[in-house]
Amino acid sequence: MALFGGRRTTAQSPAHGGHATRGGHLMGAVGRVSTEAFDPTTFLRSWNFSHLAPEERARFYRETKRPDGTLLREYEIFAVDREIEIAPGVFFPAWTYNGQVPGPTLRATQGDRIRVTFVNMGTHPHTIHFHGWHPPEMDGSLPDQQVQPGDRFVYEFDAEPFGLHLYHCHAVPLKRHIHKGLYGVFIIDPPGGRAAADELVMVMNGFDTNFDADNEVYAVNTVAHHHMNEPIRVKVGELVRIYLVNVTEFDLVNSLHIHAVFFDAYRTGTSLALRESTDTIMLCQGERAILETRFRYPGDFMFHAHQSEFAELGWMGLFRAEGARRET
Amino acid sequence: MRPDAGAAVAGESRRRAALWIAAALPLALLGVLLAFVVWSGPANAVRGEDYPPVERLAFQRVALGPEGITATVLNDGPDPVTIAQVMVDEAYWSFEVKPDRALPHLGRATLTIPYPWVHGEAHALRLVTSTGVTFDHEIAVAVTTPRPDGRFLAAFTLIGVYVGVLPVAIGLLWFPMISRLGHRGLDFLLALTIGLLLFLLVETTHEGLDAAGAVPDSFQGVALFLFGAIAAYLGLEAFGVWLRARRARAPDDARGPGWILALLVAVGIGLHNFAEGLAIGAAFALGEAALGGLLIIGFALHNTTEGLAIVAPLARERVRVGDLVRLGLVGGAPTIAGAWAGGLAYSPVVSVLFLAIGAGAIAQVVQQIARQMAGDRPLARQVIDMPVLGGLCAGFLVMYLTGMLVG
Repeated sequence: MALFGGRRTTAQSPAHGGHATRGGHLMGAVGRVSTEAFDPTTFLRSWNFSHLAPEERARFYRETKRPDGTLLREYEIFAVDREIEIAPGVFFPAWTYNGQVPGPTLRATQGDRIRVTFVNMGTHPHTIHFHGWHPPEMDGSLPDQQVQPGDRFVYEFDAEPFGLHLYHCHAVPLKRHIHKGLYGVFIIDPPGGRAAADELVMVMNGFDTNFDADNEVYAVNTVAHHHMNEPIRVKVGELVRIYLVNVTEFDLVNSLHIHAVFFDAYRTGTSLALRESTDTIMLCQGERAILETRFRYPGDFMFHAHQSEFAELGWMGLFRAEGARRET
Repeated sequence: MRPDAGAAVAGESRRRAALWIAAALPLALLGVLLAFVVWSGPANAVRGEDYPPVERLAFQRVALGPEGITATVLNDGPDPVTIAQVMVDEAYWSFEVKPDRALPHLGRATLTIPYPWVHGEAHALRLVTSTGVTFDHEIAVAVTTPRPDGRFLAAFTLIGVYVGVLPVAIGLLWFPMISRLGHRGLDFLLALTIGLLLFLLVETTHEGLDAAGAVPDSFQGVALFLFGAIAAYLGLEAFGVWLRARRARAPDDARGPGWILALLVAVGIGLHNFAEGLAIGAAFALGEAALGGLLIIGFALHNTTEGLAIVAPLARERVRVGDLVRLGLVGGAPTIAGAWAGGLAYSPVVSVLFLAIGAGAIAQVVQQIARQMAGDRPLARQVIDMPVLGGLCAGFLVMYLTGMLVG
């Protein structure tokens, strides 16, 4: 890491090793991934297909007011095989929900009714297994709940409890179905919602490109080192809320560390009481946390897994805070 | 010209044309068949449309310098391979690639990776292709790869002199002793030489087949080794025939038949030493050998016996000092050239080829010495003679024990 951030090393005797003297980011994937099919920057702030034009969005998401004031939220989710670019020039034969990895973020308020019509357009049996309260027949995990290629199933349940959850395929072998890309974020807001904030969905994931049960590429939202080139823009002093989900396979834990910033961490987001204030949070596979902070200083702030290996294999990015310095 | 003669000439040219057509027709048909196979792709009937490509990359040479790591890779597989990313020690790293990221079958590319490698430590290089397949290379001990400057050449010359030239020359100094040996003593010495050489043969074959296993499949290492060895054997045999024929035409040459045998032994050992120098130079350049004093001592002891092998056939001859020097240089000096070549431009394929040539040459020399020792007696009878048996065993033992130092 000595070369990061443009530190220049002085000339040494060659006997002490290599010391490329160019400044700048020598560590990191070379080139850029096309954002045409999937843009991680757009994914950050999209839920319930909000990134689509209204008429296009209506094909995948509809909400209907119910007598008690809650909403019926209807989703169209399909599984499809698609090759995705996960690092510049590296293409991964993914299994996806709606053609993207992570799948589309679903967001409801506690008490809403969720109705997901799932169509398996892939080549293997798949399911959607939601985290949250629901009756067992809606679990999408048991042998008779597998949705065969060409088949469909409607998952219907009430959204509870409020917090940060996830959904993923529960067909076997589990490892393969999850790490190939069948997962997404499921946010349930508390009744009345949370305080207004700049909200960001971050999914920590990894890809085993050579299928040796070890990840070659790590990222937040799929594309290695994407936010090194495209920093996440935030405003100094504004509340920033991060929905952080860990779906990394093969590695027991993943983590997020933000440089020069402390954040409040609400594990699983199911309680509004503050439990933890830190700058590094560790999450097990399938674990998640809601993080809140306000940037004090303008400038670039690195964020990455504090497992250096993951960071240097793609799981690293930058926040770019804009505005005048503010006490927070 | 008589008319019938003209007809005969015309008939002759017709016959020749027919011969050419007969030779060319199968080739032309083969061409048509190949074109059809390429066009119709019968393999696709088995592989299917979206069958994954077979990707294979072989590291050819990895050099370390102040600018970082430079790696040359070869596409050893049947399908094109595109290098998408480079990982060093489990970190994606910036790199430049020439001439192109996309390598056709047997295409080469050179990657320059500005990585701050650490002297004396290990590093892991990994290439990720466009399909996510990975190819690994371990840099066991990172040291600056020597550059072909004067200092480097001088250092390698010195190593060549230490392990090749001087030991062989010292071995030659046994000449006064062996020229006074009796019949049994000489048999012992020749048998000792055969023992030494057979040991070298086994050792070289082992190294050669090892190296053959490491070269990219496309170069068919084992076939390359075996045919290289056979070619060297036959080549040296032909060289011996040519030397004897030349000597027969020059009756005033005072040098006896032992001289030719000694020269052949020297050439054989020289070819072997070139391969040995190649290995030493490469190990030194690639930082894979702790080329300490012990290793040089081991090679020196090992190679002193080679000098003995060269002079043994001369026991009954009058030999000029100039000729001894010449034999010593033929046997020992190639070590220097080998060390240069190995250090500057190591190639696994070239290494296999020279190990093969060394093995073939030694086999031929063994055969020559055995023939001289046997004279008109059957070889099988010879071997059970006490001095011969003792010599063979002593030869193996000496090489085995000195080889432990090189190990």
